[in-house]
Amino acid sequence: MSAISLTPAAPAPAATAERAQPRRARWYRQPALMAGLVIIGIILFMVIAAPLITPYNPDTQNLNAILLSPSAHHWLGTDQEGRDTFSRLLYGGRTDLRIAFIAVLFPFALGTMLGSVAGYFGGWVDLLIMRLVDIVVAFPFFVLIIALVFVLGPGERSIYIAITLVGWVSYARIVRGEILVAKRQEYVLAAQSGGLSSVRIMARHLLPNVITQAIIYAMSDIVQDILAIVTLSYLGLGIQPPAPDWGTMISDGQNFLTTHWQLTTVPGLVVVVTGLGLSLIGDGLADLMRPGQS
Amino acid sequence: MGRMTFVYRRLLLLIPTVLGVTIITFFMIHLIPGDPARTILGIHATPRAVAILHREWGLNRPLASQYWLFMDRLVHGNLGTSLYYGVSVSSLITSHLPATLWLICYAAALAIVISVPLAMIAASRKNAVRDHVVRVVPLLGLGMPAFWLALILQTEFAVRFRLFPVTGYGTGFVGHLHSMFLPALTVAVALCPVVIRSLRASMLNVLGADFVTTARAKGVPAPRLFVRHVLRNAVIPAVTVLGINIGFLIGGTVIVESVFAVDGVGYLMINSIFQRDFPVVQGVALIFGIMVVVVNLLTDVAYASLDPRVRFDR
Repeated sequence: MSAISLTPAAPAPAATAERAQPRRARWYRQPALMAGLVIIGIILFMVIAAPLITPYNPDTQNLNAILLSPSAHHWLGTDQEGRDTFSRLLYGGRTDLRIAFIAVLFPFALGTMLGSVAGYFGGWVDLLIMRLVDIVVAFPFFVLIIALVFVLGPGERSIYIAITLVGWVSYARIVRGEILVAKRQEYVLAAQSGGLSSVRIMARHLLPNVITQAIIYAMSDIVQDILAIVTLSYLGLGIQPPAPDWGTMISDGQNFLTTHWQLTTVPGLVVVVTGLGLSLIGDGLADLMRPGQS
Repeated sequence: MGRMTFVYRRLLLLIPTVLGVTIITFFMIHLIPGDPARTILGIHATPRAVAILHREWGLNRPLASQYWLFMDRLVHGNLGTSLYYGVSVSSLITSHLPATLWLICYAAALAIVISVPLAMIAASRKNAVRDHVVRVVPLLGLGMPAFWLALILQTEFAVRFRLFPVTGYGTGFVGHLHSMFLPALTVAVALCPVVIRSLRASMLNVLGADFVTTARAKGVPAPRLFVRHVLRNAVIPAVTVLGINIGFLIGGTVIVESVFAVDGVGYLMINSIFQRDFPVVQGVALIFGIMVVVVNLLTDVAYASLDPRVRFDR
């Protein structure tokens, strides 16, 4: 389900872009976007098709086969409890990516809503919301997330709450800025003089025109969320064992770093590559939307 | 709007923000499920200990009066008492602050040292291969878990090659420089993508300016042109980017400090989380929040006073 939220996002805005300017580079000719889509496509495929790719259950311990080196049976060896590392890597991706893709939706929705309201109505509503933004922005992202998950108690639900409470501000800023510009344009004035309700103008007329910037930002925001999730798990505040997850894998493997480097290195590399793929998609989308402003 | 009006306005805006920061940290204990005092003290807490914490935090009073109590203590420099160490939170933070400030400055310096040449290489020929390489490679840093990079650097350069100490803060200026190199590098790697990107953009901007064309026409050699004309004008935005990202910078130090056991505020915070030492976590969050607000203000004011082209109406 997480796959669906990402893939259609790329071609859809591209289609509008082509219509607006026929000579503009098509989305499949954007090297950054294509590279990003390929990377993320491969990762999502492997993660979703995990049961077909690996025969091992990620949670099954085999104490007769602990800390094995990579071999034909265990491509990345086994961990300190004899679990297949490759299998945990794939299933861990399921956990982390699912949470990251879901987690990005809440701040996206909340931030977009508050940002539109602030930008459209202005006045004291704007003042109030933007002061709230200032306050949340004042806290370092990781400090506030860690502190919030700590007080809420470890686990998936706390991660969603913390990321929503901290993450909405960027969307609110971006959407507010876009709305401030868009609301002065003729089609909005026309809608207003036509007597349409503010809610309808915002939802049907303004949002479709300003949402692309928020979607571009969401790509880099997912990277942040993945980092937050693995960091929390590394600290023992995130995904709780025995559920497989990249952060816990790195944390468990660090005791064997000098002898079994792959236990820590590989999950970290996968996080880096996932982040790279998403950043490339974000960059490619941005180039596509704003040509000449690379 | 005049320059001073801008500064006053910024200072006035500081008040609601700082108040907001205190309100958020104050409300943190109310996010704890159940009775905060009981949860914090754990299942083995005696009823007496719970009652003492209730009284100390005024948990049985109305919310407004609890906040008043919190603020009253705060303005007197009282951030509460650590449940684990048994000493005042403010003294704990003060003693851990130097290491963190060191790390922040060191990381910022390294980020500049790494980013400036790379941005120059990228900007020297737009859309050339080197430009694309410089634009893509730092993206790796953007999605890199800081604790992971810290572990790898630690294993390779400290444990295997013994070039740097594995943990700690070192003694004396040279000792700090030596011991904190890997932690600072880890933080800098996360910061570089942002700095390189904005530095490259501002260099491209400056390269298109008339005075650069004039200098070129006069026959100023390329290296001299870059250092004397372009870099000077492009570095201010880079420093501003660092100022704006101070929250990011501080957030990065928290995890890195705990991997390298640098005895800073971040390390204190993570340890306090493991000890369930709530007042310390709350105090650190508050101090970090206020630090970011103040640095952002200083960045704004400094930028406004350094660059005469900054417009003051917003």
